Amino acid sequence: MSTPVSIRKPQRNPQLNQHGELIHLLSTEGLPKAIIHQILDTAETFLSVNEREVKKVPLLRGKSVFNLFFENSTRTRTTFEIAAKRLSADVINLDIARSSAAKGESLLDTIANLSAMSADMFVVRHSESGAPYLIAQHVAPHVHVVNAGDGRHAHPTQALLDMYTIRHFKKDFTNLTVAIVGDIVHSRVARSNIHALTTLGVPEVRVVGPRTLVPGDLRDMGVRVCHSMEEGIKDADVVIMLRLQNERMSGGMLPSSGEFFKEFGLTDAKLALARPDAIVMHPGPINRGVEIASSVADGKQSVILPQVTFGIAVRMAVMSILAGNEA
Amino acid sequence: MNAPHTLRLDAEALYDNLLKGVRRLIEPDTVLVGVWSGGAWLAERLQRDLSLAAPHGVISSALHRDDFSSRGMAATKAASTQLPFEVDGRRILLIDDVLYTGRTTRAVINEMFDFGRPASVALAVLVDRGGRELPIEPAFSAARITLPANERVSLDRADDGRFQFHFERD
Repeated sequence: MSTPVSIRKPQRNPQLNQHGELIHLLSTEGLPKAIIHQILDTAETFLSVNEREVKKVPLLRGKSVFNLFFENSTRTRTTFEIAAKRLSADVINLDIARSSAAKGESLLDTIANLSAMSADMFVVRHSESGAPYLIAQHVAPHVHVVNAGDGRHAHPTQALLDMYTIRHFKKDFTNLTVAIVGDIVHSRVARSNIHALTTLGVPEVRVVGPRTLVPGDLRDMGVRVCHSMEEGIKDADVVIMLRLQNERMSGGMLPSSGEFFKEFGLTDAKLALARPDAIVMHPGPINRGVEIASSVADGKQSVILPQVTFGIAVRMAVMSILAGNEA
Repeated sequence: MNAPHTLRLDAEALYDNLLKGVRRLIEPDTVLVGVWSGGAWLAERLQRDLSLAAPHGVISSALHRDDFSSRGMAATKAASTQLPFEVDGRRILLIDDVLYTGRTTRAVINEMFDFGRPASVALAVLVDRGGRELPIEPAFSAARITLPANERVSLDRADDGRFQFHFERD
């Protein structure tokens, strides 16, 4: 890729140290292909740990992982908690939404206080895009930040577990057609997946949905924009369904969820347009009958539950790689 | 980079020696477990040459290394432990190419116990280069050598399966 000549000093990727090693995981944008593969390979090692008699390894023994969820998400927080505990870390869950922030403490004051409690890693979920970047800029060199979802911006561990799932079932990225369906514009999952898929060399990434949720300027991200399921799903190898995010939608973008399902919900009939061996993915939680039919979610092409299992191994991989590197 | 030096080690001759030593150590319920990567190649070949019925295992030190915080994660998917048998109650004979500080052996013993409680664990190696930092001794070593601390020796396997040593200097 060529970039225009810049008169500004090139900014270092804040996720990497000067040796090119991962020190924070903030976004899949700009994440080198080699590091994505390192994470996926490491996750493969950890997947087997979940099948052992002792489901714990000592890599993060004596380290403290703070789960900072400024926005609620029981499921994501739990998977990070399980991953950290399987690595033998001490895990501290802070329900920030209901504590210090509610009392008016600033984000950086919260971080300074928690750092004084000897935190080694922050797992951050925040409704403001960029909050994890701000934190990463202000922590000590041995402290690592993992973005667990920031606003509409990024959700890198979800994208990485999706990449793991695709690699597991499809082996090779370079001959795939991947369709991401639904509310693309509000979706940090979609954004992170698009960056990861293009970095890994997927030749065709499609984003599929109504014009209100899939604006045409998404083409700038190197994807094909489709406003019908017929066009979007046809011959796809992988179909990633997104959750319709009612809580993020401020009126007028959709007539009704029933109408959305009729046009863009994944039914058996629409899935039949994809390749016969296509896999169906969903980051969860699923809305049955809103974006995906129950028969598809529970059907033999669905890999939604393996995604959850892989998600733990991928988060273990990310945390263990980060913990071994210094800024 | 191959460092110039005078020590000549014939890996194939030492392997024959190891084969004899391991033959004496195995009992009916013994399984071989090779330490990734050089030890895994040795275990694979010993398994074949001894016509052992039970499959051999491969074990990696990656998840129990004591230098993790300074060296970081060095995992590759090839390095994952595979023990295709019940560990509980088995006699385990660990096979490694080079025994030095004993730290890798300590790590793989810990790894082993995450899978169960073996009846016993013993160790046979191709080369013992001394320099132990832990109280670990092999039940058999095909050769003992002395090397300067800045030199590293490891096993290579050629495409035709033949072994040779690889020397590096820091």
